[in-house]
Amino acid sequence: MTATLDRVDAARTAPARGRSRARARHRLTVLALMAPAAVGFTVFFGYPLVATVVFSFTDYDLINPPEWVGFANYAYMLRDELFLTAVHNTLWFVVALTVLRVVFALGVASVVARLKSGVGLVRTLCYLPSLAPPVAATLVFFLVLRPNEGPLDKLLGWFGVESPLWFADPAWSKPGIAAVMLWVSGDLMIIILAAILDVPQEQYEAAELDGAGVVRRWWHITLPTISPVLLFGVVNSIIVALQLFTQAVVAGSAASGAADITGNTRYLGFPENSTLTFPVWLYTQGFRYFDMGYASAMATVLFVISFAATALLVQRMRKATHQEEGGPGA
Amino acid sequence: MSTATLTDTGRRPGPDRRPRNPRAVLDWVAVHSIGLALALMFALPIVFVFLTAVMSDGQAFTPDLWPREWHWGNFLEVFDKAPLLKYLGNSLLYSLLATAGMLLSSIPAAYALARLKWRGRNAAFLLVVGAMMLPPQVVAVPLYDTWSSLGLTGTLWPLIAPYFLFDAFSIFLLRQFIVTIPQSYVDAARVDGCSEFQALVRIVVPMARPGIAATALFCFLYTWNDYFGPLLYTGEKPDQWTLSLALSSFKGLHHVQWNLAMAVTLLTMVPAVVLFAFAQRSFVKGITFTGVKG
Repeated sequence: MTATLDRVDAARTAPARGRSRARARHRLTVLALMAPAAVGFTVFFGYPLVATVVFSFTDYDLINPPEWVGFANYAYMLRDELFLTAVHNTLWFVVALTVLRVVFALGVASVVARLKSGVGLVRTLCYLPSLAPPVAATLVFFLVLRPNEGPLDKLLGWFGVESPLWFADPAWSKPGIAAVMLWVSGDLMIIILAAILDVPQEQYEAAELDGAGVVRRWWHITLPTISPVLLFGVVNSIIVALQLFTQAVVAGSAASGAADITGNTRYLGFPENSTLTFPVWLYTQGFRYFDMGYASAMATVLFVISFAATALLVQRMRKATHQEEGGPGA
Repeated sequence: MSTATLTDTGRRPGPDRRPRNPRAVLDWVAVHSIGLALALMFALPIVFVFLTAVMSDGQAFTPDLWPREWHWGNFLEVFDKAPLLKYLGNSLLYSLLATAGMLLSSIPAAYALARLKWRGRNAAFLLVVGAMMLPPQVVAVPLYDTWSSLGLTGTLWPLIAPYFLFDAFSIFLLRQFIVTIPQSYVDAARVDGCSEFQALVRIVVPMARPGIAATALFCFLYTWNDYFGPLLYTGEKPDQWTLSLALSSFKGLHHVQWNLAMAVTLLTMVPAVVLFAFAQRSFVKGITFTGVKG
């Protein structure tokens, strides 16, 4: 369509021909710049997404060709008790991590923003743990929360509180993992802190003249202004919770005393499947039992849920992009 | 400690460094006490890990917090217990190649998404964001299937190769940086007769250097810390393990020796600390860009 239009244009006048050649070159430039990414996206996201959905309707063990089974994999989910356990565990993390991470990071950032000295040091200390490998961070808490010998046990002892068994107790293993996740939430803290420091100073000064105290200024000015960043924090936390895998596997296998984390399915979810998250069960089905069809069905479910969470964020970004482009330079 | 560079972006210019009236003093004390408590809360776990790592085998089992003797040799002894140098080599292979590949593939795409006008650009950017948010487990089955039919499972190549074509997070982050470069610089270069490629190489890349550095750091650390990927593809091939993957089994294999397990734990954190010490500004700037300027 456009190609023929261009040719007519070009035939008419000389300057138009130049313009059309420039346009063709521009198109070629874009194509050249985007080509690797387009190929990569198609091969590593486009194809596998479609294939996952197709596999989810089959019985496939990686060796024999896939066999069409209709909705059998999806129907089996409702009968699979461990699937329901995994959904329950992951929902626990979605709710707990969304609330705790955002509230915690907001609280820490609000305090750090008000510090007059030592900001840099405190900020560095808050941020550094988030750079640690998740395996290492989990093992760090394994040491700190160790019953009888760990430092936290000792600290609680001073207050006459008996320490729970944490990673060895089905009731406390998830809170233990949540503690790890809070320790490494410094990146979200930095994002929120930057947003707080971006709030125009004049707004605070105006409120101060009206007699608003620290708390009221925070509630009426800081919070509403940084709410887009808090939304990012919520969506980010949901995604983090949905893909929670490493910390759960490491906590489970370390607490069980298993020597071989990679080959031994017995210890995934230890204790009593309390750390069996959705991705852990997906991994077990797909890559330990080689039930690729069932794993694909679970992956499809995970995709639908994380897509919904992403759509929430994208909607906000779209709004922001439109505002950006509405400017005079566009 | 040189905290000067850290503080200058964080603090607003203000004359009131020292509070004057009693209420302000109380407020100052309260805020700084909480700040100190927070700093301790984040730092103490690492301190405990360090103190345990230098204890003797026997003492690491006790509730003692302070080492009776300092066994610095533990950091060397762990190299005898496990082929850590091999794991280190695998980790470096994965992280360095992935980062190099990412830089080659992501900078052009980020530039096209940030600075060139073309139909479908917004849609393409949304696809990048979508890919960035997708849990890696969603696409794991077909990808494993493909790599397995190519005979490449059991190696790190299935993890490295994609970076030479597409890495959603890096493209996203770089695009956010390049958008902030004033268009007038690029226009000026074009007036001087530069092509888009020349403008990219001569103007945009040098100006986006802090952003490129931050993206490279995040990419390096992401791959260094990655657990799911190496477990999926090399779980049954111990000679291909990365440090992060090996660490998870170290605790199990040597679970009697807390001190050594903690020494290895600390060793896996070294790159993060070193990179951060040298490039803290890039980190802070980069992490801020992922959230605020969405």
